[in-house]
Amino acid sequence: MSLPQILFLVVGVITLGAAVAVVTSRNVLHSAFLLALTFFGVAVLYVLLDTPYLAAAQVLVYIGAISVLIIFAIMLSRKVAAPHLVQRNSQWLLSLIVAVLLFGVLAYLTLQAAWPAAKQALGVDAIGGLGEAFVGTYALPFEVVSVVLLVALVGAIIIARER
Amino acid sequence: MQVLDDLWIRIAVWFRGLLESFLPPWAVQLTMDVLGILLLIVLGIVVVLAFTYMERKVIARVGDRIGPNRAGPFGIFQAIADAIKMLTKEDVTPTNADRWLFLAAPIVVIIPAVLLYAVLPFGRGMVGVDLNIAVVFVVAMGGIPILTMLMAGWASNNKYALLGAFRTVAQLISYEVPMVVALLTVVLLAGTMSTVGIVEAQASFPFALVTPVAFVVYMLAGLAELNRTPFDLLEADSEIVAGYFIEYSGMKFAMFFLAEYINLFMVAGMITTLFLAGWQWPILPSWLWFLIKVVVVIFLMMWIRATFPRFRIDQMLGFAWKALVPVSLVNLFLVALVAKVLEPGWARTGVLFVSNLALLAGAIAIMAQVARKREERARAAGEAAIKRYYGSEVR
Repeated sequence: MSLPQILFLVVGVITLGAAVAVVTSRNVLHSAFLLALTFFGVAVLYVLLDTPYLAAAQVLVYIGAISVLIIFAIMLSRKVAAPHLVQRNSQWLLSLIVAVLLFGVLAYLTLQAAWPAAKQALGVDAIGGLGEAFVGTYALPFEVVSVVLLVALVGAIIIARER
Repeated sequence: MQVLDDLWIRIAVWFRGLLESFLPPWAVQLTMDVLGILLLIVLGIVVVLAFTYMERKVIARVGDRIGPNRAGPFGIFQAIADAIKMLTKEDVTPTNADRWLFLAAPIVVIIPAVLLYAVLPFGRGMVGVDLNIAVVFVVAMGGIPILTMLMAGWASNNKYALLGAFRTVAQLISYEVPMVVALLTVVLLAGTMSTVGIVEAQASFPFALVTPVAFVVYMLAGLAELNRTPFDLLEADSEIVAGYFIEYSGMKFAMFFLAEYINLFMVAGMITTLFLAGWQWPILPSWLWFLIKVVVVIFLMMWIRATFPRFRIDQMLGFAWKALVPVSLVNLFLVALVAKVLEPGWARTGVLFVSNLALLAGAIAIMAQVARKREERARAAGEAAIKRYYGSEVR
């Protein structure tokens, strides 16, 4: 086994272990921090796949923004931050069905997909190509997404404003 | 001079040759990599020892005191004495603390700090990895400390710690915006996101001269990211005692301390790399230039710390969103426009320099105007209140 393969196995086990712990942990805040660890594991997998930009974006968006948002929301709601929270409520059966269905669909897709691999390594300047695609081929969708995000931002501020 | 310039690279090449004489190639590579990583970590610790001493001396001098002068000549062993004190202190965990998170926070806080050193060009050809997205990497790693501070603040089960952590999130997230825009300005001028490329792009003009506004904005945002005065309200001693690490003692506290000074060196190194031409400039060896510039930037930060009082939280957030963000955005448009129209050279640098100064002056004038209006309004309100209380006549 080569070094990258060993690294992949180690990182994969940590990532999956953390992901399982996110669901099983009785403390919501522990779950949130473990979720951040899971995101970081995925970022390391991206590094192993020679896509540093994707890894940096993963850390920036998922750890720097989403995890912090989740943790902040949990901390601000006092009751939820209490340890040993009850994990079930009356709707557990419904959510179980949905979760199993979702798992089935994802598993089916994973098994069905052909997983085509690039024949040669990506160029060093793959990131340049990405940038050019954003302002060239996909300029319109990119701008639309930007405007939608801006509207969401302004909307959030207006809703949050008192009076 | 050439020998001195390549000193560290020559040592590395010589050491590699030595290893190659008795080790297989993969082991040589592994040893060199591990040694490189160890070297960066050791550098971090040396940085802490050196700059805590410098900080205490500089601040003492500004305050017309002598500073540490007992341990060794001029007190230079003070930092070592402090380190030994830290190591021998009792390690306390609060009764109701979240044991695992409390333990994890000081470990996690050090990781992004050291990781950042990997993309810092210490001299010509002296960089851990020449990432082509180094700037994005720096921004991404800058987001992790927010998580650690929340971790430490919550796990301590202490209201002051939690308050400090909340303040941190508000502060770091707000100041990340102007910081990234200032970074974007530099990337636009350099045409690359690699730190090595950015340094090479400043061969003729350092970006601090080309776009002073971005330099000032980055410096202020950097101070805020470091939680240094005047942005140190997450550890405001007189309000919340020490902030998110209040419950930590001994080696665990030392880890936070370590991370703080490693980050100080990192931010100063980034300012040097992005705005002060990094290791460039003639005569002296490249790594020495880098070190000199970093020390000058750090001295500036210490000077600011010794001079200015602390912001209030509303002033701090208002300054980020109402002053730094608009100014840096206007500057970004300005630089994009000028860089598109003019070719690199004296004309472009001159136009950008003058327009940047004008922008800076305009921004300060507007801020002063707003502050004066607010003051007048406050005074009028106060006078009205006095009138209501005493009747028509003010005694």
